[in-house]
Amino acid sequence: MEYLLHILILIGIYILLSVSLNLIVGYAGLLSIAHAAFYGVGAYVAALLALKLNSPFLANIVCAILLTGMLGVLVGVPSLRIKDDYFAIATFAFQIITFSIMNNWVSLTNGPMGLPGIPTPVILGWQVNSHTDFLILIFLLCFIIVSFSLILGHSPFGRILKSIREDEIFTQALGKNIAFCKVAIFVIGAGMASVAGVIYAYYISFIDPTSFTVMESIFIISIVIIGGAGNIWGSILGAAFLVILPEALRFLGMPSAIAANMRQIFYGVLLVLCMLYCPQGFLGEYSFEK
Amino acid sequence: MEPVLHVDKIYKNFDGTVALDNFSVKVQAASITGIIGPNGAGKTTLFNVITGFLPPDSGSIQYNGQLLVGLPPYKIARHGIIRTFQQLRLITRLPVLDNILLAFQNQAGERLRNIFTFSRLIKIQEQANRKKTQELLDSLGIRDKENALVEDLSYGQQKMVSLLCCLAAGAKVVLLDEPVAGVNPEIINIILDMIRKLPEQGVTVILIEHNMDAIMRVCDNLIFMDQGKKIAEGDPEMVRNNPAVIEAYLE
Repeated sequence: MEYLLHILILIGIYILLSVSLNLIVGYAGLLSIAHAAFYGVGAYVAALLALKLNSPFLANIVCAILLTGMLGVLVGVPSLRIKDDYFAIATFAFQIITFSIMNNWVSLTNGPMGLPGIPTPVILGWQVNSHTDFLILIFLLCFIIVSFSLILGHSPFGRILKSIREDEIFTQALGKNIAFCKVAIFVIGAGMASVAGVIYAYYISFIDPTSFTVMESIFIISIVIIGGAGNIWGSILGAAFLVILPEALRFLGMPSAIAANMRQIFYGVLLVLCMLYCPQGFLGEYSFEK
Repeated sequence: MEPVLHVDKIYKNFDGTVALDNFSVKVQAASITGIIGPNGAGKTTLFNVITGFLPPDSGSIQYNGQLLVGLPPYKIARHGIIRTFQQLRLITRLPVLDNILLAFQNQAGERLRNIFTFSRLIKIQEQANRKKTQELLDSLGIRDKENALVEDLSYGQQKMVSLLCCLAAGAKVVLLDEPVAGVNPEIINIILDMIRKLPEQGVTVILIEHNMDAIMRVCDNLIFMDQGKKIAEGDPEMVRNNPAVIEAYLE
């Protein structure tokens, strides 16, 4: 039962991450490889505040969103001046730098040893400690973030994002400030990713830099693309699919000597098949290529 | 009369190739100005410079006395100077409706802080824009294409939609880059009729076109340019009979 709840909580965390990245990648067409960095910054901010200042959960989550948002502005303003592949590389660089800082600034982050003993959150007197409590908390956060994203995506602002993805020049010619819109959605996405980081830190009660590597960014991108870029529900489905898939492969009953390797191979093959036969993802209207 | 758009002594060169050479023009309000000239004469470059997509090397452009040079394209568009593109630019994977809705200016729902606070206002505005879009589509007889994807439209219909985008954007000056090139005669008539009516609504039109017949039907003023220079300007009939024009178009 605990195992099942754990899987559901993980799915919730990845819903937060993939829905927020979908706004950046799927709607605005900005291929960011830095999502795990923002996720990690959120986690570290919350963990450090909780450990060093013993500050309450709600204050920490607000701090994490604000700090990550500011970081988003700092990264977004220069890197969004460049386009497409170059933007991807700029965000990749930011991802690497962030990981290095987490890994090497030992006096602050405790480096590779990580930060253990993050206390369980208390929200307005509600002590969140069991798996069920965390699941409820995650569900609430997902509900807020998903509703927010749906409203944003269907608004006239969302329409500008989609048109930026499709044709920046046309969008500018119609009087839209695309530079502002791109930075705005990048910052909003970063802020949302930090929420996932905060909840992850509290839930696992231990964080270290290996949870926030570039591989994690790629994994979140995979969820967005397999679920369907530009479709919020697709990201939810994609998160469930990609979290459950490797778990489900555990129950194939393969001999233990080869099980681990076979699981990896199955996982890879399934992802390739998905992209071959369903390039627009489960619920996406368009394939990701331009 | 004060010109609505005053292009003054514009120079633009690309790595030594002169695209605009001391080009000046005064465009009168609510007039239709045609620009003709051989390929590479600098016609599209002129549009790109006016709309801010390319900076001129020197010279100035004034719109109702306001300097446009140096403004980013979106700010120029917000002044009401809206263009179409020779290689049609529309969002082909989205329906016609969304393309035209995108064009409306000052939408409350485009501002982030409004989205979660003024949802009712946004909904009302969105419905009003939707209605205007339907009227615009009606005016060209393509109301039934409202929900069709742009990529499923004929080339002529796509040209109609890009013209409607300019109108939805509330353009005061429209720059049309080959509005009827490659379009069948029936649709040419519809598009030209629409353009002809724009000055009555106070809209100033500048259009680039190779179709001489179309030019003669709508233009009040005609400019012939070659190698970035203005060779002739004036009454369309007169410009057409200019020896330089005859020579260029016979070659």
